[in-house]
Amino acid sequence: MIRVAVQPAAIDVAGELDLHDAGGHGATASFVGRVRGEGELTELFLEHHPVLTAAGLGELAHRAADRWSLAALTLIHRVGAMAPGETIVLVLASSPHRAEALAAVEFLIDRLKTDVMLWKRERFADGREQWVEPRAGDHGRAERWD
Amino acid sequence: MALSVSYFAWVRERMGIADEVIDLPAGVADVAALVGWLAARDARGARAFAEPERIRAAVDGVMAGPGTAIDGVREVALFPPVTGG
Repeated sequence: MIRVAVQPAAIDVAGELDLHDAGGHGATASFVGRVRGEGELTELFLEHHPVLTAAGLGELAHRAADRWSLAALTLIHRVGAMAPGETIVLVLASSPHRAEALAAVEFLIDRLKTDVMLWKRERFADGREQWVEPRAGDHGRAERWD
Repeated sequence: MALSVSYFAWVRERMGIADEVIDLPAGVADVAALVGWLAARDARGARAFAEPERIRAAVDGVMAGPGTAIDGVREVALFPPVTGG
């Protein structure tokens, strides 16, 4: 089962894990990305494309499912405004054996950072706002999977 | 030729609009030419597209490079490098 979502609502990590692993798939690997509360950050805003963001996540999910033997895959990205500590992204992959599940999760989060139409804007306590620049290492990590 | 163009993140902010329909002049054949044409069109375009190497594009829903042809396509999205995850 593949579940992909782009949502403004808070991500319920425990509820999503229960839904994901309802079948008892053996090994489930996860990645949970949360808003860092550093440097007086008060809000992180995620902008997305109304159609292509979800399409991009869906394409990545299907590529992972083609590449590894997965019993279940969940890929959820939050959009809109969120506060430090809130969950931005949740990746869950299940397989009868852990190696495939772990590899699929790492692939999905690496490629998500370079391939999917999402943009972060930070707001700070003094009212300053700035768009986040891509990290130099992200493309290197993503290209390892080519 | 009428072309729908949409903008995201700081490209959208600098353009002051999220999308528009452009009557594209002949000779603007690929993504790089479109970005150059927008940069030359007005002050907002000049600000948004001052650094074309920082602009990414999707043509009819597919990620595209500067050399991707836009002849006959319906929509182009222009945006900065993505920063999700």
